[in-house]
Amino acid sequence: MTIDWQAFWLTLQLAITVSAILLVLGLPVAYWIAFSGWRWKFLVEAVVALPIVLPPTVLGFYVLVALGPRSPLGRWWIALTGHTLAFTFSGLVIGSILYSLPFAVQPFAASFAGVDRKLTAASATLGASPLRTFFRVIAPLSIPGLITGTALSFAHTMGEFGVVLMVGGNIPGVTRTVSIDIFDRAQASDYAAANETALLLLAFSFVVLAVVYGVNRKAWVIGPVK
Amino acid sequence: MCTTAGWAQEKTSSPELVVAAAADLSTALQEIGDNYERKTGAKIKLSFGASGALTQQIQNGAPFDLFFSADMDYPRQLIAAGDADGASLYQYAVGKLVLWVPVDSSLDVAHKGMDVLLDPSVKKIAIANPQHAPYGRAAVAALKHAGLYDQVNDRLVLGENISQAAQFVESGNAQAGFVALAHAVAPFMRGKGKYWDVPAEFYPPLAQGAVVLSHSQHKKEAADFLQYIKMKEASELLRKYGFTMPQS
Repeated sequence: MTIDWQAFWLTLQLAITVSAILLVLGLPVAYWIAFSGWRWKFLVEAVVALPIVLPPTVLGFYVLVALGPRSPLGRWWIALTGHTLAFTFSGLVIGSILYSLPFAVQPFAASFAGVDRKLTAASATLGASPLRTFFRVIAPLSIPGLITGTALSFAHTMGEFGVVLMVGGNIPGVTRTVSIDIFDRAQASDYAAANETALLLLAFSFVVLAVVYGVNRKAWVIGPVK
Repeated sequence: MCTTAGWAQEKTSSPELVVAAAADLSTALQEIGDNYERKTGAKIKLSFGASGALTQQIQNGAPFDLFFSADMDYPRQLIAAGDADGASLYQYAVGKLVLWVPVDSSLDVAHKGMDVLLDPSVKKIAIANPQHAPYGRAAVAALKHAGLYDQVNDRLVLGENISQAAQFVESGNAQAGFVALAHAVAPFMRGKGKYWDVPAEFYPPLAQGAVVLSHSQHKKEAADFLQYIKMKEASELLRKYGFTMPQS
């Protein structure tokens, strides 16, 4: 038995899709968390952080029920496309976005909040709109946080297991990710193959994280903070 | 069942039996265990999963006393590896495979049987993972026997064990599924679906065996419980929950 490359590419595709979507979705959410003065903001922060503490099986269970034909959301999707979202790649993407949300949003928000208020104030006095200030001042100064958040959501999705197990249905090439493949092989006592694939995932994850943190370190050095 | 945690253990005289059991037994064994506890004061703790997955856990030292498999091969495998006591092997039941659809489904499964799987409304068909669940292998065998496997192969979704396969159809995410008769007649699914008995000649018989495990510290008590399984009271419950008896 050798490595299931199909599962590996599928997982990579899932992780890239999810981290890209989270980069886009996470920006406004993180901006709001960083700068909103709303009194009950902490409740939103708690909701965003929930996937960190919730067992993935709980998340997966809710996603499965929400995607199924018994829920309004599921019915709407079925009417639209003719099939349920469970057991599809899109279904995995939705589950993974929820699952990895805090890993993107929290570093984003922390780096936004860390930007010197004097700079944003100066930008505003010079007549820049909040949006322009965000893209010209806040975002460039937050690049390390953006890289960290994107890398963490990428890596977190690569290693996702419980949610995929609950909503995936283990379809080769569609929902059988590397972690599911490793689990299957271990369950079938095929330790040699489980070992090989696990080692590949370990090495890959390490390289990705090492590269990201390496790049990030340089970004800190060249950052325009004086 | 036994919901009290370990710290109460010191006070009880009888030891706690930890039983690993195939997922198709989830209802029947629960009730049998409850009856046994009431009768003898023993404590039974149940852990359900796919037989292959449980076998793998046992081989890696999981602290089970007794193993109820959904086939005979896994117990034999454990015996051969020295992880189970060969003399204790007992075939306690024969499982049955059914094709199950939700009750509001337009599929006429009772009359058309497996042909309903070719209906365009069937997008996903749930089965247990054939890699480590005997019911999954039975489902694949039945599909091949009916000459349908190649046509539906790309619509199969795999549950981690037969209970998850049942849950996939029960939740409506799959439109049909091969589940254990034990699930179809279990209280939590009764009335929610309609099913078709897959004819016995479509798949190798699901003879199910139980063994006492070598690492058990309570072999005597485990053998006693296994003895109870052989009695009429227990076998009637197994029959009630969709199993047939080997001798019948």
